[in-house]
Amino acid sequence: MIPHMDLPVITETPPNIDWWLLAPLATVFAAGVLGVLFEAFVPKGRRRGIQIGLAVLALLAAFVLLVLQVGSLPADESGVTVAAGVLAVDRTVIFFQGTITVLALVSLLLISERRDGRDAFAAQAATVPGSEEERAHIMAGSQHTEVYPLVLFAVLGMLMFPASNDFLTMFIALEVMSLPLYLLCGLARRRRLFSQEAAVKYFLLGAFSSAFFLFGAAMVYGYAGSVNFGEIRLAVEAGGAEIFRGGDGEPLLLMGIGLVAIGLLFKVGAVPFHNWKPDVYQGAPTPITALMASCTLVAAFGALLRVFFVPFGGSAESWQPMLWVVAVLTMVVAAVIAVTQRDVKRLLAYSSVVHAGFVLTAVVAGSTDGLAGAMFYLAAYGFTTLGAFAVVTLVRTRDGGQELGDLDRWAGLGRRSPALAGALALFLLAFAGIPLTSGFIGKFAVFEAAVAAGATPLVVVGVLSSAVTAFFYVRIIVVMFFRDPEGEGPTVVRAGAATGGVIVIGVAATLLLGLYPGPVLDHLLPSSEAGSEPVAVMVDQASTETGAK
Amino acid sequence: MIPWLTIAIALPAVGAALVWALPRTAAKASPARAARTAEAGGAAEAPAGGGGVATAVRPATTAAGGGSAETAKRITLGFSIATLLVVAAMALRFDTSRAASLQFEEVHPWIQRFGVHYAVGVDGIALVLILMSAVLVPLVVLAAWNEHDDRFDGGRGYFALILVLEAMMIGVFAATDVFLFYVFFEAMLIPVYFMIGRYGRGDGRSAAAVKFLLYSLAGGLVMLVSVIGVYVIGGSFLWTDLVGEGSALAAVDPATARWLFLGFFIAFAIKAPMWPVHTWLPSAAGASRPGTAVLLVGVLDKVGTYGMMRYCLELFPAAVSWFVWPVVGLSLVSIIYGAILAIGQNDMMRLVAYTSVSHFGFITLGIFALTAQGQAGAALYMVNHGFATGALFLIVGFLVARRGSSLISDYGGVQRVAPKLAGVFLVTGLAGLALPGLAPFVSEFLVFVGVYAFHPAPAVVAAVGVVLAALYILWMYQRTMNGPTKEGLTGLRDLSARETWAVAPLLALILVLGLYPQPVLDVINPAVERTVGIGSGTADAAADGGSEGASGTQEEEGDAE
Repeated sequence: MIPHMDLPVITETPPNIDWWLLAPLATVFAAGVLGVLFEAFVPKGRRRGIQIGLAVLALLAAFVLLVLQVGSLPADESGVTVAAGVLAVDRTVIFFQGTITVLALVSLLLISERRDGRDAFAAQAATVPGSEEERAHIMAGSQHTEVYPLVLFAVLGMLMFPASNDFLTMFIALEVMSLPLYLLCGLARRRRLFSQEAAVKYFLLGAFSSAFFLFGAAMVYGYAGSVNFGEIRLAVEAGGAEIFRGGDGEPLLLMGIGLVAIGLLFKVGAVPFHNWKPDVYQGAPTPITALMASCTLVAAFGALLRVFFVPFGGSAESWQPMLWVVAVLTMVVAAVIAVTQRDVKRLLAYSSVVHAGFVLTAVVAGSTDGLAGAMFYLAAYGFTTLGAFAVVTLVRTRDGGQELGDLDRWAGLGRRSPALAGALALFLLAFAGIPLTSGFIGKFAVFEAAVAAGATPLVVVGVLSSAVTAFFYVRIIVVMFFRDPEGEGPTVVRAGAATGGVIVIGVAATLLLGLYPGPVLDHLLPSSEAGSEPVAVMVDQASTETGAK
Repeated sequence: MIPWLTIAIALPAVGAALVWALPRTAAKASPARAARTAEAGGAAEAPAGGGGVATAVRPATTAAGGGSAETAKRITLGFSIATLLVVAAMALRFDTSRAASLQFEEVHPWIQRFGVHYAVGVDGIALVLILMSAVLVPLVVLAAWNEHDDRFDGGRGYFALILVLEAMMIGVFAATDVFLFYVFFEAMLIPVYFMIGRYGRGDGRSAAAVKFLLYSLAGGLVMLVSVIGVYVIGGSFLWTDLVGEGSALAAVDPATARWLFLGFFIAFAIKAPMWPVHTWLPSAAGASRPGTAVLLVGVLDKVGTYGMMRYCLELFPAAVSWFVWPVVGLSLVSIIYGAILAIGQNDMMRLVAYTSVSHFGFITLGIFALTAQGQAGAALYMVNHGFATGALFLIVGFLVARRGSSLISDYGGVQRVAPKLAGVFLVTGLAGLALPGLAPFVSEFLVFVGVYAFHPAPAVVAAVGVVLAALYILWMYQRTMNGPTKEGLTGLRDLSARETWAVAPLLALILVLGLYPQPVLDVINPAVERTVGIGSGTADAAADGGSEGASGTQEEEGDAE
């Protein structure tokens, strides 16, 4: 039976919206709008400070609101839906949102870092690279303070993405998240053509994947007669909307699942939808790469977990084989390709693809433990990857300008700046999943869930590809510590308070979550006591009336 | 109650942190070194001029007041001796009458979600291995005292790594939680990796370090699947919950048990190192400083054989019988193959490494013979091999320190110029070939007795290894020590007081344990009998046609008396 919703009907009374539960999103949104207004009305010289302050305040406020919300959730229920069932607020969603907010704050430190009065972004993106006009803007010290409101809008999309409770909201979140990122990718100060190419690539492929997602959502609507996750779940369990009671609706659902999956797998960068990642990660300004590698990945996986566990949870047997294949491909192909990479940002991009494969094993597990494992993994990986990209921003070519991508020229870094190289080595060991780092606990959590769910062959593939990935992480350590520098070696620019702070936060999180993960695992993640089906801890429309009314 | 094991783990870790935290001023002011440190300091200063990152390297001040490298060495030695004292004090309180059960147990919850505990405790076997590790570390520090003086940091990083490694070595033998064991098992690769790659010898050192790490990591990751499998099936990581009659793991079907066994075994075989996954060892040992090689071969590799006894046999008794003959076969190949390749080596470090492949073959043979003498011999062999091979590596290291080469062909007639060195070399070499009266003989003999009781054929084949051992040791001795003194070796110094102090305790132990091994056997035997009971019970069960054959246990034990 599909419960009827009152909402699509035109009524006299306004819908009842719980603004308290919407407050974190509203805060970020309001700050973004305010930022745009500041761009228009605040004098040039004072914009940057105001924008940074606004962004930091907004994210901090959003985080505080999220923490307060957890307290206000009824203890016995997993959560509620808001605004007529378009957004879910449960502990899982709040964990994702909180993680995204914190990671975004840390990325903001990187984005706001300036050296000699210049940040990582083009002085004037509208000028032709290499032109007189561009030089004039550089000399005049122009800067794009629009970056900050753009980041806020992207973060707004990311916060909505894993919280969406229907496909249309999710699509809007996807676009709100992606559009600013397309733009931000093209704003690099150095190698601008390269950066613009990355932006165009990302935009085109991203537009394609959005189209797939939308088409899939339409198919699912055709099958279930609704875009609401709760109703789709009931429809899937019942074998389709009422018109399909004869049982011939299955193809629609399968196509819908497949197309929606393409859209989501593109965002997480799983093979074979990973091709944008290396190009975009390499071309984008490194602080933006860091933002994408941490926050976007968390948001995209949050949405993916929600879609597969809530609306499609009932048809697990039809999507699990597909995810098996994708997970195996992701882990194997990306690991093998990564071995051949010589550029540090491309290498980290491929590494991020491999990690997406590891998280996918937890999705395949389809259990609450899998959900919890994936959540922990993403949080741990987010901090580590932010730290790694922060290190990348500091290693420059000898003439002092560009970041030094070529790994072979990193030789001797361990001698020159032991602390920096040591931090990077720690991050790499965490990526490789060496014990006493957060990466190991994360890997254990997802693999344990997969083995418990009977996906042992997948885990075997996972550990073998881990061994391959270890090879290229270790190679970076070899270059940094064991090889003597050729000539003068790389230049290391002084870490400002912001970048230094990011590295310190990365190291602290990597060690803390590796040595003492208990508090996070025990209190912040859903426990299987609530039920082994993930849907037990993820709310949807069907399970609640309180939020909507 | 005093948490002995925690203290023994924490003490070296604290020492390592202390060595690391020392202010990084330059070392002594001998002209050559001052120049080098100035260069290193200059390199560190260059980025600082252009705004270097906030590194901990301070520019080399003009090397006044001694130098921190010397302090670092003293701290390292102090902490390693203190650890030895703690471990020795603990050993004295060990209740031999209960040596089969875990003692000095500590259990604290660590990660509750996964049922992980910080749980440590020792039985007889673990105790002697911890004791051996604690004895070796101070001697290694002493032997490596001047090895790194020409390094940019005077070797302080190396000494810190030794202490980190010591903490992990004690931890890995003491862990009674499978997860904790795995954590130490994997984490201890990292210090060794840096000890070889950063402080090793020769151009091939970084390649050797990577090879070592990747081999071990690959094995470890395969083991991770089994570790997870143990948790999913057994519902706990605590060793005491997993073994024993009522545990869920004991009830698992044999096919699954075999897979889990295999996951653990592959990791341990790589570590041990067993043919055909031994290939990392010769290159790693060849690229190591002698001190590193001592810890690598003497202690780290023992984790493999210890793991086979402790985890493979005891966790998966149902799978053991299936693996006995394949492992015996691989052990025999290791014995013969290692010995033959050892004969063919020209590099002494590699030669000793290959002898270890052969010796580890004896140890695994003893373990998988599943008889009381065989396993007691294997456990004793682990200890004796640590001392004998450790001493051999150290002495080769003394030669390398003098001549700068580890090639046999670069030496000859050393006995004439350095009789003390040659004498010590001979005694340790003879220990390596298990001469009666020296410690390894006892253990090798026990292994033979045990294996013969199991089946005569492997014992006969293994005996060939003993003959070959005489060949590789004596031939190496002959080529390096006897004959006319090579040119350039005439000024070779004999053993210094420091070097004498580094090897004398080992020689003493080899002699004492050769003549009177009973105290160690008293500690080992009860623990061994526990594992033998498990293994042989199932072996007989297999022989009886797969039925539950608890009766076989008593028979075997009767034989063992």
